[in-house]
Amino acid sequence: MHLVYPTVLAALLFAIGVYGVLARRNAVLVLMSIEIMLNAVNINLIAFNAWLQDTLLAGQIFGLFVIAVAAAEVGVGLAIVLLIYRTNETVDIDSLTELGDAQGAQRDAQLAQRGVDRSAAGAGAEAQVR
Amino acid sequence: MDEFWHDWALTLSVLVPLLGAVVIAVTPAVQERAVKGLAVGFSLATFLVTLGLLVGYDYDFATTSSAYQFEVDYQWIDAINSRYHVGIDGISLPLIVLSALLTFLCAIYSLKTIPNPGKPKALLSLMMLLEVGMIGAFISLDLLLFFIFFEVVLVPMFFMIAIWGGPNRSYASIKFFLYTLFGSAFLLLSFLALYFKAPDGQETFDMVKLAELGGAGAFAGDFGLICFAGLFLGFAVKVPMWPLHTWLPDAHTEAPTIGSVLLAGILLKFGTYGFVRIGIPILPEAAMDYAPWIGVLAVIAIIYGSLCCLAQKEMKRMIAFSSVGHMGFVMLGIATMTPTGINAALFGNISHGVVTGMLFFIVGSIKDRYHTGEIAEIGGGMMVKTPYLASLLTFTAIASLGLPGLAGFWGEVFSLLAAFEPADGLNVTLFRTLMVFGAIGTVLTAGYFLWLLQRVNLGVVPDRWKSERFSDVMGLELAAWSPLLVLILALGIYPKFIFGITDGAVQNLMASIGVG
Amino acid sequence: MIETSLSTVLAAEEVSTPFQLAGTTWPDFAWLIPVFPFVAFFVILFFGKRMRTSGTVVGIVAIAASLVVSLGVFSQAYLHPGFVEEKKVILTPFGDGRLTLGMKVDGLAALMFVIVCLVSLLVQVYSTSYMDGDSRYTFFFAMLSLFTTGMLIVTIADNLMLMLVGWEIMGVCSYFLIGHFWEETPNSNAAIKAFLTTRVGDVGFMIGIFILFWGAQSFEFSTIIERAESGEMPRNLVVAGTVAIFFGAVGKSAQFPLHTWLPDAMAGPTPVSALIHAATMVASGIYMVARLYPVFELSGPALNLIGVLAAITMTMAALIALVQDDIKKVLAYSTVSQLAYMTAGLAVGGYTAGFFHLLTHAAFKGLLFLGAGSVIHAVHSNNMSEMGGLRRYLPRTHATYLVGCIALAGIPPLAGFWSKDEVILDAYWAAGFGHPHEDVATSPIVGKMVFASAVVTAVLTAFYVTRMYCLTWLGTYRGKGTPHESSAAMTVPLMVLTVPAAVLGFWGSPLWPDAHNIKRVVAFAGQPYHAPELLPIVAGTSVALAVLGVVVGFAIYGKGLPRRDPTLHMGLVTKTLQRKFFLDDLYLHAIVRPTRSTIAAGSYWLNQHVFDAPPNLAGKGAVLAGRAAYAVDRNVIDGTVNGSGRTASFTGRALALVQNGNVQAYATGMFVGVLALAVAFAAR
Repeated sequence: MHLVYPTVLAALLFAIGVYGVLARRNAVLVLMSIEIMLNAVNINLIAFNAWLQDTLLAGQIFGLFVIAVAAAEVGVGLAIVLLIYRTNETVDIDSLTELGDAQGAQRDAQLAQRGVDRSAAGAGAEAQVR
Repeated sequence: MDEFWHDWALTLSVLVPLLGAVVIAVTPAVQERAVKGLAVGFSLATFLVTLGLLVGYDYDFATTSSAYQFEVDYQWIDAINSRYHVGIDGISLPLIVLSALLTFLCAIYSLKTIPNPGKPKALLSLMMLLEVGMIGAFISLDLLLFFIFFEVVLVPMFFMIAIWGGPNRSYASIKFFLYTLFGSAFLLLSFLALYFKAPDGQETFDMVKLAELGGAGAFAGDFGLICFAGLFLGFAVKVPMWPLHTWLPDAHTEAPTIGSVLLAGILLKFGTYGFVRIGIPILPEAAMDYAPWIGVLAVIAIIYGSLCCLAQKEMKRMIAFSSVGHMGFVMLGIATMTPTGINAALFGNISHGVVTGMLFFIVGSIKDRYHTGEIAEIGGGMMVKTPYLASLLTFTAIASLGLPGLAGFWGEVFSLLAAFEPADGLNVTLFRTLMVFGAIGTVLTAGYFLWLLQRVNLGVVPDRWKSERFSDVMGLELAAWSPLLVLILALGIYPKFIFGITDGAVQNLMASIGVG
Repeated sequence: MIETSLSTVLAAEEVSTPFQLAGTTWPDFAWLIPVFPFVAFFVILFFGKRMRTSGTVVGIVAIAASLVVSLGVFSQAYLHPGFVEEKKVILTPFGDGRLTLGMKVDGLAALMFVIVCLVSLLVQVYSTSYMDGDSRYTFFFAMLSLFTTGMLIVTIADNLMLMLVGWEIMGVCSYFLIGHFWEETPNSNAAIKAFLTTRVGDVGFMIGIFILFWGAQSFEFSTIIERAESGEMPRNLVVAGTVAIFFGAVGKSAQFPLHTWLPDAMAGPTPVSALIHAATMVASGIYMVARLYPVFELSGPALNLIGVLAAITMTMAALIALVQDDIKKVLAYSTVSQLAYMTAGLAVGGYTAGFFHLLTHAAFKGLLFLGAGSVIHAVHSNNMSEMGGLRRYLPRTHATYLVGCIALAGIPPLAGFWSKDEVILDAYWAAGFGHPHEDVATSPIVGKMVFASAVVTAVLTAFYVTRMYCLTWLGTYRGKGTPHESSAAMTVPLMVLTVPAAVLGFWGSPLWPDAHNIKRVVAFAGQPYHAPELLPIVAGTSVALAVLGVVVGFAIYGKGLPRRDPTLHMGLVTKTLQRKFFLDDLYLHAIVRPTRSTIAAGSYWLNQHVFDAPPNLAGKGAVLAGRAAYAVDRNVIDGTVNGSGRTASFTGRALALVQNGNVQAYATGMFVGVLALAVAFAAR
């Protein structure tokens, strides 16, 4: 079998995964998209292992590792998502911005309310807020 | 015990007040009584130590061959060969005792009176620190050590004026500090020059060794002239000599009472002491060259100080100007370069310290009562209002104008006497002229003091004070003053108290430079 | 401490004094004479107020004790003319000029002790009544004691320095006592004037001391005299020293041109005027010159100067006395004039004559002042225009006063005549008339001048004394109230003083045995000596002139105050005399006021604006430079630092926008980045 087929398949799967990660709002779907990306990588690993005739079977072994790690990751990831759902009653990724610059976000909101352009406010605004 | 006393007496005289300053500084400020008690205790202890020196001093030099006694000489800063070298002789001994006495009396006086804004702890701690500097400077026999103590006193005095001073205190305190610092900069330069001028391998800050070199003519010539100019600036500001005196009236007018007392009583003596201890023995040739100038400036100070006194409307300021005149007599004595003149100068130092210190005490007390030092506002009649205080003012003023039989007289008369016959090599005509003008100065001195007494003590009480009630001299005030009053009388009646101490040292000094 | 105790009894070969006390003689105790009043001074000052008698008893007892010792010492001097006793304690160790606390007791000093102690005792007794009820009664007595101490120190001193001490103590006491009624400014002004004027003289005194000291290498009289006579002291120093030192006497003894303080000093209580400003302190200048007389004798210029000043002073003062209304002022000017007689005596070589006049003058002038005090006490006024006719009211005072007046006028045989005649006689010789017994250094011209003015002054004196006597005692009473005789405490001292005022003159007259004549007693050992003489022509002239003065005086004032007092109606002359020859005005306007206001203010202006300018300018300059530096610092140096900080913070804030918390946005960033890298690698 020509190497092109599995690699193209893998590339398509990875692209789908990337799209899912970047575009989907549902956290579960994002996780699934990650799984797709991982599996795309697995396909590549297996394909290249066969194509290279590796006597140590490093590609296959790596693939198994990835599967194991992916399983663990999904386990942890789903648990997190579940907890997020419990606390926030949503798994919409766009609304989950606690890791962001909270003050900045607030300020953005305030400035937006006053209709001031943020970049023009400069150092003075900072002093005012404090 | 004797061994211990001999080695430690001088160090103790500095350590005790230093310890006092620290102990007072760490005492809680709320414990005002304890603070004041500590100040009295420590200053008394220092005074006792200095009295011990006075008793232990060997007046006939029977047991010692050195010119200095209680001498201690330890390594200190090896790299520049600066040593902890201390010792006393007849020139410094009376000044040390006077420093300790005046500080002690100031501490007693402070039991009653703490100037605005209070804070006795800070004030007294600074006062003890001041005492460290004063005594330290007089015992130092190492230029660097001397310089450190010389500068140490500026800080407490600066704060005394700047915190507890009158309305114009910040101007006065800064002027005082900068003016004297300006002089000391040149002083330090000269010290360094002396250090480097000594022969290779013998660079030293040791006054005794430098004096030996100087006596042998090591610093003659242009170097000596320039070097003496530096010393002159440093010491002349401190004396203060005309025309470098203008910091003094301001500092005195603004300073609190105890600040004025110590400033007039001791700090001014740093200048004259410096001339006698450092200027003359180390740079004798230059001193001879400068002597006529010093003499002229001194006599200008006498006349000019008295004239300025006549123009004063405020008592403290007037007494400050009178100090300019009196220190003029002291400098005239030094300028003659004769044993008589220098003895007279040293006597004048002490008597001025005692008399003017007393005057500042009294004027301080008058200001406490009247809340003004303006002569016109007091307006006379103090003899009726507070007869004892007024009598003490009269007594001290009369001592200050140089009445024979009181302390002020001997210093003046002997420096004038010495000016009649200055050391060989000095212009006799010039010095005799100076003597005549100096003698005329005594008339002016009498004039302004009598005029002051007339305007303050005599006459009827002005209406504005009629209803006021002032307490007359209080017990504590009298306690603080009586030693000075007794001294004024004792020194006047028996001047040998001082001359007996100073003469030996002065003869030594003159022998070392080949005069007298 | 006592270095030497040389008790040299020179002329007395066989010393068998009745006053011996276990090997010591009275002079050994002479040092006690000033000590008693000195102790009394402190006792009165500190404890007087608590005593029932305000300490007067202490003062009186002390001075009485001094008087006893003085009399003892004097008896020794009297019996053994030429004796000297010296003792000393060293006060300062340095140099050759050993300053000592020493005493020199000889006939001169012994006599002076007696005068001072006696007058002081009488004045103190008198004052207990005169000053009664004064608010500063105690202080007054303390000062009297201190004054007496000063005068006794001057007397006992064996060296100039110690004399200066006593001299100045007297000066300050005089200051306090003149200003005793200090509630009124004129009185304290007079006190200041007295002190300062004498102090001006003291400048000369001090300089004279210095000159003599360097000439003789000693302050001691004996050494100075010895070195001056032996020629060890250069002659120019002798002349300069004596001239300078005489200025001290000019000030203290109120000689022209420094005499102006004495009349003003009458502002003090009258007993003070009697003690200080008539009998003792003003005589101390004479005493000082007398002490150094052998040195003065070597100095012709000094003697000439003394003579000229004395001639001017005696005439001038006598003239001014003519127009005075204040009885004390008359006496004051009379004192100035009589002091000039004493200095005149010194000037013309009549040292004993001058000192003799000092002695008699102390008696009769003390008497006159105390009498005047008694009068003032009675009529409560100093002005003679408010007196008159007091003869009837104060008989005892009148009798004693009359004796004093006659003595002062120089009518024989009372004291004034004898001493004044001696002075005039010495002037007569110095002027080159007759044949003197010894050579005098004074120039004959000065001698003539002194002689002429002495004669003229004798007339004037007799005249103003008569005027004063008549205006006070004769005619009718012109004052208020009824005068009353003073108490015994006041009249007894008057009577005591009357005795010497009347008879003391004989002691210096040819009538007295030559061996114990005053001239012998006070003469310096080894000095030329001649017995007192009475030259008929001189004595006759002086008596005739005195009588003339008295007669003219009686003719004008015999019936009390005339309607038109001729001395007050002489136009310009009166005006000049009343303004005291304008000397006061000159001093006030040319010296005192300018010094006190213009020159002093000018100096102070210089101080504030010239000498204080460099530091102030430096300060201001430093402040300005500081501000400039600070501006640079803030805007340039600190600007850079702050700018970098500000940039960092701005950048950070901009970058913070990226961290919006949207994980997908981060992931997008990563993806874009990876893509970009991929493209970049691919492009290579």
